[in-house]
Amino acid sequence: MASHVLLIEDEPNIAEAIRFILSRDGCEVSTLNDGSGAVAAVQDMAPDLVILDLMLPGQSGLEILEALRADPQTAALPVMMLTAKGQGRDREAAERAGVSCFMTKPFSNADMLASVRALMGR
Amino acid sequence: MPMTALTGSRVRERRLALGLRQADVARAAGVSASYLNLIEHNRRRVSGEVLERLAGALAVPLAALAEGAEGILVEELRSAAAAVPEGPAPELDRVDEFLGRFPGWAGVTVALQRRAAGLERAVEALNDRMTHDPHLSASLHEVLSAVSSVRSTAAILAETDDIDPDWRARFHRNLHEDSERLAVGAEALVAYLDGSDQAPEQGIRAPQEELEQWLGARGWQLPELEPDGPGIAALMPDIAGLASAAAREMAAVWLRQAAADAAALPAAQLAEAVAASGDDPVRVAARFGVAVPAVFRRLAMRPGSEAGLVVCDGSGTLIFRKPAEGFGLPRFGAACPLWPLYAALARPASPVEAEVEMAGRGGRRFRVQAYCATRHPAGFGGPELREAAMLILPAGPRGAGPVLPIGSSCRICPRGDCPARREPSILGVSPTAVPVGG
Repeated sequence: MASHVLLIEDEPNIAEAIRFILSRDGCEVSTLNDGSGAVAAVQDMAPDLVILDLMLPGQSGLEILEALRADPQTAALPVMMLTAKGQGRDREAAERAGVSCFMTKPFSNADMLASVRALMGR
Repeated sequence: MPMTALTGSRVRERRLALGLRQADVARAAGVSASYLNLIEHNRRRVSGEVLERLAGALAVPLAALAEGAEGILVEELRSAAAAVPEGPAPELDRVDEFLGRFPGWAGVTVALQRRAAGLERAVEALNDRMTHDPHLSASLHEVLSAVSSVRSTAAILAETDDIDPDWRARFHRNLHEDSERLAVGAEALVAYLDGSDQAPEQGIRAPQEELEQWLGARGWQLPELEPDGPGIAALMPDIAGLASAAAREMAAVWLRQAAADAAALPAAQLAEAVAASGDDPVRVAARFGVAVPAVFRRLAMRPGSEAGLVVCDGSGTLIFRKPAEGFGLPRFGAACPLWPLYAALARPASPVEAEVEMAGRGGRRFRVQAYCATRHPAGFGGPELREAAMLILPAGPRGAGPVLPIGSSCRICPRGDCPARREPSILGVSPTAVPVGG
């Protein structure tokens, strides 16, 4: 069965590239372009991995991460966070909140793929 | 004659340079060889009398053995050691010996430590600027997002041989979009960092700057808001042309305030009151029953007025700047702490007037009047909000009173002896500069 990745990213072109890369690697990829409702979507979809942008409209990636970690159902769910350089303080906050790994923009496709595979134990 | 812990090292250096034996020098100076050995290794402080005899035996002036500015250098070497907490610990107990034996290397170490400290301050300042400038931060984020998209998409196109034609077309379109976005973002970023006005219509400016530029382009005049004018509605199409929503909102607030000022202080009556009051805004305010800052605003915005005006909130942040020629206003960061504006901020409802001289070439003088008004919008239970304003007027003939030396902001102020300096100037003035070397 294909691994299910939920990608929450408001930049449509980045989301499209990530979706393409992961789909070719055998993942089923769902996308959201807004932070509001993301927590409920994760609970509904029960993905194997969440890729979460830090700066999102509606609700920030950090708030979403904290909500996921507070829910026993999603507390251990692998979450990769996309950040940009210059967001050091946010990264520290995400680390404290229990992020599984970071991917700094701009990232290489190979690094993204390797990290996703590692997080899903492939 | 000052003697330092390095005196012994200098005795030893001099003796070895002359090729003399310790025993011979000790005999000539009337001390035992073992005592001279202790002196040379800085384990005994040497008396002035003995040092004089040693100077004679070594054929050097006493000063050459005794004096030294190395006390400061020793401290700086200790600072350099403290700044590197990792790695093998430096031999702090032998710092005197190091400085005595290798003054050149010690100087280099100290110079590098100073340079590192300077660069760290520069990085901190830039980091602070970025952290506190949401517009710059947002612009950089925009550029980084576009770069991320371009990098991933280009890699897909370059590395995927069997890509579906629909996907290929879509990615080509995305690349085009992102490259356009990148070009616009990069240009705007350069214009912003450059601080130039070359592309004001698309430059990334803070909303406050947008509003000020708009007012400046109108000569700081809003005749529409005078009692016989068409009112705020006539200016709304202009306001709609401001680039950011924040600037449009700030402009709307400013217009409402300016309209209220114009209604309370009609131009003709204001001119009459100014003349009758001896050019005293406090008396003018009392006559019209308005706050002093409102009089400042009206005076600064009069047709043909050369007066500058700055307004700050309770944190000291400048929230409005109308420049006066020759009076430097900082674009970023805090202003000179000696501005009478801040004296007024600390003493609400107390008028502060001073003659000031701006740092820099020419040293232009100005007469400034500052006043702080308070508000309690939430009543007894809420916070007190302060807003101080300072009217900047060209100075009249030189009076007998004191002149307060001020600057624009510490970073670009050349005054080396300023007691209020909070950070070094990029102009390289440093009253505590210490020469490197022994």
